[in-house]
Amino acid sequence: MGIEGIGARVLRKEDKRFITGAGRYTDDHKVAGMHYAAFVRSPHAYAKIKKINIKAASKMSGVAGIFNGKELTGDGIGNIICGWMVHSKDGSPMNMGAWSALATEYVRYVGDAVAVVIAETLEEAQAAAEAVEVDYKVLKAVVSAEDAMDPKAPQLHPEAKNNIIYDWEIGEEDATDAAFAKAANVVEIDIRNNRLVPNPMEPRSALVQYDAAEDHFTLHTTSQNPHVARLVLSAFYQVAPENKLRVIAPDVGGGFGAKIYIYPEEIVCLWAAKKAGVAAVKWTASRSDAFLTDAHGRDHVSKAKMAFDKNNKITGFKIETLANLGAYMSLFSSSVPTYLYATLLSGQYNIPNIHCNVKTVYTNTVPVDAYRGAGRPEATYLVERMMTTAARELGVDPAELRRKNFVQQFPHQTPVIMCYDAGDFGASLDAAMAEIKYDSFEKRRKKSAKNGMLRGIGMSCYIEACGIAPSAAVGSLGAGVGLWESAEVRVNPVGTVEILTGSHSHGQGHETTFAQLVTDRFGLPNENVQIVHGDTDKVQFGMGTYGSRSGAVGMSAIEKALDKVEAKAKKIAAHMLEAAEGDIEIKNGEVMVKGTDKKLGWHEVCLGAYTGHNLPEGMEPGLKEGAFYDPTNFTFPAGCYICEVEVDPNTGVTTIEKFVAADDFGKIINPMIVEGQVHGGLAQGIGQAMMENAVYDDDGQLLSASYMDYTMPRADDLPSFNVSTTETLCPGNPLGIKGCGEAGAIGSPPAVINAITDAIGHNNLTMPASPQNVWAAINDGGMSEAAE
Amino acid sequence: MYETNYHRAKDAADAAKKLRSSDDGMYLSGGMTLLPTMKQRLAAPSDLVDLTHIKDMNKISVTRKDVVIGATATHAEVASHAKLMKVCPSLCALASHIGDPHVRNRGTIGGSIANNDPAADYPSAMMALGATIITNKRKMKAEKFFTGMFDTALAEDEFVKAVSFTAPKRGAYSKFPNPASRYAMAGVYVADHGKGDVRVGVTGASQNGVYRAKDMEKALSKSFDAAALEGCNVDEGDMLSDIHGSSAYRANLVKVMAKRAVEAAAS
Repeated sequence: MGIEGIGARVLRKEDKRFITGAGRYTDDHKVAGMHYAAFVRSPHAYAKIKKINIKAASKMSGVAGIFNGKELTGDGIGNIICGWMVHSKDGSPMNMGAWSALATEYVRYVGDAVAVVIAETLEEAQAAAEAVEVDYKVLKAVVSAEDAMDPKAPQLHPEAKNNIIYDWEIGEEDATDAAFAKAANVVEIDIRNNRLVPNPMEPRSALVQYDAAEDHFTLHTTSQNPHVARLVLSAFYQVAPENKLRVIAPDVGGGFGAKIYIYPEEIVCLWAAKKAGVAAVKWTASRSDAFLTDAHGRDHVSKAKMAFDKNNKITGFKIETLANLGAYMSLFSSSVPTYLYATLLSGQYNIPNIHCNVKTVYTNTVPVDAYRGAGRPEATYLVERMMTTAARELGVDPAELRRKNFVQQFPHQTPVIMCYDAGDFGASLDAAMAEIKYDSFEKRRKKSAKNGMLRGIGMSCYIEACGIAPSAAVGSLGAGVGLWESAEVRVNPVGTVEILTGSHSHGQGHETTFAQLVTDRFGLPNENVQIVHGDTDKVQFGMGTYGSRSGAVGMSAIEKALDKVEAKAKKIAAHMLEAAEGDIEIKNGEVMVKGTDKKLGWHEVCLGAYTGHNLPEGMEPGLKEGAFYDPTNFTFPAGCYICEVEVDPNTGVTTIEKFVAADDFGKIINPMIVEGQVHGGLAQGIGQAMMENAVYDDDGQLLSASYMDYTMPRADDLPSFNVSTTETLCPGNPLGIKGCGEAGAIGSPPAVINAITDAIGHNNLTMPASPQNVWAAINDGGMSEAAE
Repeated sequence: MYETNYHRAKDAADAAKKLRSSDDGMYLSGGMTLLPTMKQRLAAPSDLVDLTHIKDMNKISVTRKDVVIGATATHAEVASHAKLMKVCPSLCALASHIGDPHVRNRGTIGGSIANNDPAADYPSAMMALGATIITNKRKMKAEKFFTGMFDTALAEDEFVKAVSFTAPKRGAYSKFPNPASRYAMAGVYVADHGKGDVRVGVTGASQNGVYRAKDMEKALSKSFDAAALEGCNVDEGDMLSDIHGSSAYRANLVKVMAKRAVEAAAS
């Protein structure tokens, strides 16, 4: 591996600029003639727009234009799309309502944009936006998914009767029912998966530059996938043709899914810059804007039951889930509670029969879409709370019940599409149990009891699916895009290397890890490799970063391009050294003939490629190769998390005493970065389990709309994590990578809740396990999961 | 933030004059609540009259057990004052847990009590310590000064110049922080002044802002022991209720925090 190759703990190159304040985020960019946009937003969750009066506002100083939704649609700007078609079980397509980037007739959530003001300064834009008078007819709102299906509930979109978007199923219902009919034991649970606000550190931002002479737009924006943004902005929203639109996602301060989507603000700023006749328009979300308008995550309610035979082997699993998609269908919202969720309901277990029914509904809340884990945390929470509940009800050890039902043989076809390719679930369980000293837990429980404290232990054996591929498979399931990745390796005449990738780094450390592949392959210093990403003018096309796909898919594309570069370099070297191509070896920055002292420096071969003075006959000069990589399957990271907690029964305060993570991510390129990803994921998962909660009141006002009320996990809320890895290689990609970006957030919530329910002695506890909720659970048997 | 005019007051008379001559002015004494509110465009004073540059108004003096704390003393100054630490360590401890280091180095005791946020820490201490609030116009006892949530007896152009009290024999403050904001959801300051004079100030929990828990005081004056609080009943009906804590939960927290404060003071 060498000191900077695959498997090395190379320090992150990008951190030098990040930790010295030299990062260049969208809002840091300032250009000549820059104006500012301010949005007029709905204060109501549901209302009809009667009139918009801009008379006073348009006369205010600095105002270059004030535009509304009717003007936007009148100019042919298309409605915002959901890019994944899901069909109901009766075969009908999902009932998608129209979503205009500026509301035309109705506003459907608090924060829905009604008009935009373009002005010379931010203060002028905000002042004019406040002076825009919107006359609303306020309508009764519906906030919870359960209420939305009531036929008497407000109907939000004419397309969706009873607000139901689709009623979808997966698995064989008859076979599953038959398994339940024969079951020795049936265990039932009701589960709520709390709604979350993503909260990347950098809020969303857009800077549009419009070149009137060329009729050309440049958009700097906070995107996880700038090429997808350009494709959608041009093909669906008709903002500009692709060749007249350059999208740049420069340094981006965290995404967690929330920056996958193309939001109304970007669309409106592009259109409004041209319409107002200004050279540039900037908009940056305030933290309040972020709470009110970034796509939220989760928000599921489920009923589940599991059937066991007399030997405690699982024979059937049946689930009914209701998912709240908010006021409009965001870009991938339809796929999250279906193909990214229900396909993981087999967990790490051999379950012969599974049936899951999913209904999704519209409500007067912010749209809900993928958030770190996207469907898989919801599935894992359901499966792993079920396994622990079942162990309690069946009177067996939760570890043994899991072990008894683990998938042992690979490949393993589940009843819900996924085919697990490799894994060793017992190895992760063993590692985690040994590390937390599972066997001596009861001693520690007794010691806590002496101090008046309740101690509990809980585990979660998760499996997830990363990469989101292959393209043909996701296409057949309704995806509107292919999910491959591209790479181009440009070797410069003096031997330094640029890698252009369609992946996008917004905290993942690609500038370091991607360079490690080149270091490993050719023995060049990591410093000699530059990663280029996030600019549609530089990188031809790419699918971006989400779903823990940049290692498994993005790096595989780089590997394929490196294969081609290596092959050509060897041909050139063989010619120069008058040796057989098969005898050439590239190592430590040198190109040598195996078993001899004949060699060239890497830079000499590269220079040879570009001078073209002495190339094999017929060979084109230059050393630059590209590749598109489309995987053959999803990848399946898996692992075991065990959490030990102590609960203060007087206050409900829960302290995590120890948290152990044993993950199998396949091949690891940089263990330090992987550990960082696990730490961050665990913090987010523990945040969901114990702290974070997006709460609306009955009128659709977001009560947790700032950090005064939305509890983010902080360092002092978290223990020192104990993380380790086991390795089974993924057979589906050249490096054997599975992906590590989401595992922590996926696997940890049920481990935490299983530990707290163990401590308090019953299962009646809902997330987040805040002090209040835990105290209530101890004192009145808790709140019901489904009806809070 | 809306436009505002900033004035730096030279002395007390100058401050009041500047405020009176403004359209809709406000005193600024650290601004740890006012400035964020203005940044969110939720407050728009025409003028800000900054009190923090008035000479010597941040002075802390301790004579035997008599304490005077100037209104513009920052939380950090209160937390680290060596003489105060000797006679009233519980107040130093309270100040050391307000907000974060930025807040503790800008926020002032006068600003905090004049704002009378129902979840602020200092008001409970003022109640329990039997403090006198000294303004540019008069002196009054803490109980007269705090008149309800975000409400005080201060007149339009009146501001706090100092607070004074006699340090108790022993005391402690126990706070249960809101998990999100980390303001007090229930903060209880217990002060034993000797000869059966025990005072208990409660912040964060009540719908009416800071209050003295008279039944707890009575119980503790007989026996300064956490067990003495067992029979005290905290009325749920008076408690705040929000997404972080129901009134029942807050009532429980008041009692638990009171017990912990007594235990800490007694140890």
